Amino acid sequence: MAASTQPPLLEVKNLRIEFPTRRGTLVAVDDVSFDIAEGEVLGVVGESGAGKSLTGASIIGLLEPPGRIAGGEVYLAGRRIDNLPYEKMRQVRGREIGMVFQDPLTSLNPLYSVGSQLVETIRTHTDMSESAAQQRAIDLLGEVGIPSPKIRINQYPHQFSGGMRQRVVIALALCVNPKLIIADEPTTALDVSIQAQIIDLLKRLCRDHGAAVMLITHDMGVIAETANRVAVMYAGRLAEIGPVGQVIKNAKHPYTHGLMGSIPKLAHATERLVQIEGTMPRLTEIPNGCAFNPRCPKVFARCMVERPDLTPVDSSQISCWLYDKTMERTGSHG
Amino acid sequence: MAEAVQRRPSHDGVPLLRARGLAKYFDVSPPFVTRALQGAGRSILRAVDGIDFEIETGKTFSLVGESGCGKSTVARLIVGLYEPTKGHVEFDGQDMAGLTTRKAMEPVRRRMQMIFQDPFASLNPRWRVADIVAEPIRTHRIIEDGREVLHRVGELLELVRLSPRDGEKFPHEFSGGQRQRISIARALASNPEFLVCDEPTSALDVSVQAQILNLMKDLQRELSLTYLFISHDLAVVYHISDYVGVMYLGRLVEWAPAEALFHNPQHPYTRMLLDAIPDLDMSGRPRQAVAGEVPSPIHPPSGCHFHPRCPFANDRCRSEVPKSLPRTGGQVACHAVEENRIPETGKA
Ligand SMILES: Nc1ncnc2c1ncn2[C@@H]1O[C@H](COP(=O)(O)OP(=O)(O)OP(=O)(O)O)[C@@H](O)[C@H]1O
Ligand SMILES: Nc1ncnc2c1ncn2[C@@H]1O[C@H](COP(=O)(O)OP(=O)(O)OP(=O)(O)O)[C@@H](O)[C@H]1O
Ligand code: SF4
Ligand code: SF4
Ligand SMILES: [Mg+2]
Ligand SMILES: [Mg+2]
Repeated sequence: MAASTQPPLLEVKNLRIEFPTRRGTLVAVDDVSFDIAEGEVLGVVGESGAGKSLTGASIIGLLEPPGRIAGGEVYLAGRRIDNLPYEKMRQVRGREIGMVFQDPLTSLNPLYSVGSQLVETIRTHTDMSESAAQQRAIDLLGEVGIPSPKIRINQYPHQFSGGMRQRVVIALALCVNPKLIIADEPTTALDVSIQAQIIDLLKRLCRDHGAAVMLITHDMGVIAETANRVAVMYAGRLAEIGPVGQVIKNAKHPYTHGLMGSIPKLAHATERLVQIEGTMPRLTEIPNGCAFNPRCPKVFARCMVERPDLTPVDSSQISCWLYDKTMERTGSHG
Repeated sequence: MAEAVQRRPSHDGVPLLRARGLAKYFDVSPPFVTRALQGAGRSILRAVDGIDFEIETGKTFSLVGESGCGKSTVARLIVGLYEPTKGHVEFDGQDMAGLTTRKAMEPVRRRMQMIFQDPFASLNPRWRVADIVAEPIRTHRIIEDGREVLHRVGELLELVRLSPRDGEKFPHEFSGGQRQRISIARALASNPEFLVCDEPTSALDVSVQAQILNLMKDLQRELSLTYLFISHDLAVVYHISDYVGVMYLGRLVEWAPAEALFHNPQHPYTRMLLDAIPDLDMSGRPRQAVAGEVPSPIHPPSGCHFHPRCPFANDRCRSEVPKSLPRTGGQVACHAVEENRIPETGKA
């Protein structure tokens, strides 16, 4: 990536999301920066409440008030999109960024046939004729693995199983060949067998369409199968971001390390799982210094007062004072 | 703990729990008027369709399978929340169907407890934690004296690694994992020997899940508990279980010791499930694409329910229900396995 002169497809710079409340401002996402290249899948993992969905929603301009972007910038193919007026952003959302959410029922209208929803979306964002859009809809259903798409296209969402509905939602997100797909827990509500089918589908789509995917999930197994790189979020901040093999097999940040050890594995039986004591702090109780310090087995004095920034370590970036190269030289922060 | 003396150890060799031909059917027909107008018949959903298994004292038996295969229904049958349509449950050698009065049921009830998936819904938000945990002690009149009840509640909270002072608080003051600890403390209050755990960690983050799974294993050792554990997460099941049963559309298609089931799966459905697990170790293991989805349980496929998705299906599979036969220390219900026409998996 470093060698390429083109800007990355998606660039998020120092994103900060706040919720004003009566008792003061809550910072839900704080100084988050990452990018995604064309055709790349970036997995975003982290415990519930870490800020994964808010990050995704703010990229597509769907952050719900009172939540607001309080700082930072978002660029899509070099163009700044976080400050676009509503109508402009709506077009970006339809044409350039597709979305897949956890619950397929919220994305599909129960009153309209699957086909008419696909055709309507295609026609809103392209100048295809009715019949061309119809054909495209049938092709898309076939592509996401719905058997006999010509018949199925006339059916309603309730006539589809959960896994098929999720595939229809993916078809809907793909309608207009978006450059970026943001998938927020697309497999969480599904059984493993269907989950495996959706994972295969997402991978194939990246390969065949060159789309970039931001895949939000708390399932490390799904990430291992699908992602090229992984971002690990903790209490609204990035703890670690790097190539998938690096993060999963050779986690550097103490949080990622604990997280990986706490997952039961099939390959080797263990009597006890690694346990990270305690829970992630609430937004109102984020400690000073490193947000992970109350739970960290490696905590030392500096962690209690100074907040670590992301710094490159091998091919990853880590925000942890253990990896601070300036420490022994100057003792100052980088 | 003084209560421990009351506990009668099970006779050696007699399983603590035994399900025999256990079945639960639900009538899901449309209302009579609709049926009459449309000329439609009754629809019967066979949520659990005749299953047999045993659980030895001190062991963990787990049920796995995709959504809707009947796992929770089995759990409810076992603890007596549902009446079986057919078959029966034996607890410590005693047929539960014979316990018709409340009084007869009481001694068995307090020996088995259930833990549910949702630690948010299963705790009364208006009660203090101490009262929630004390409830089984009071209903079963295990301890009468108020001060002693509180003392026991403190002990139970410590058992699940909470503080006795947490008894003063309300459920909303706790995180998901802490609430699940409270449910476990409550379940342990009547000194049960047997716990039915229906997806106890599915609503929790992996880090919190690890805390609860470790706690459950510790408690099992400390209190010689027997578990029926239900989950759709196969890695969790592998971690916690001694024996594992695989359900498909209301039937138990295979059960075996955990090692055998995960490393030498026999039934084609078990193999498919294992193949579908994302490869966390990134070993690049080759795998078979997963075909199809679970059919409707109201009109399940004839013969072996799995035949539309099974790569080994033949005519016999389409017409004849396979019998459960002994295999690898457990049992398998599959014609192809019986006929030895499936290649060994060579896993492990
Ligand atoms: N409207 C709101 N007001 C106040 N805080 C909010 C609001 N919406 C979200 N938050 C907080 O922002 C934080 C991040 O939420 P987010 O939904 O992004 O988490 P997540 O990582 O997607 O978690 P999950 O895995 O549970 O989906 C949480 O602590 C949440 O409580
Ligand atoms: N009270 C009921 N009335 C009618 N049908 C029911 C009832 N309870 C369960 N069922 C049906 O019985 C079948 C088995 O349900 P059950 O809840 O036991 O499945 P499960 O294996 O626990 O699934 P999950 O993994 O989704 O929890 C399902 O088809 C379900 O819809
Ligand atoms: S900065 Fe300190 S507290 Fe934070 S993860 Fe690193 S060692 Fe632990
Ligand atoms: S009985 Fe037949 S259809 Fe059923 S699992 Fe065995 S081979 Fe497949
Ligand atoms: Mg979320
Ligand atoms: Mg269930």
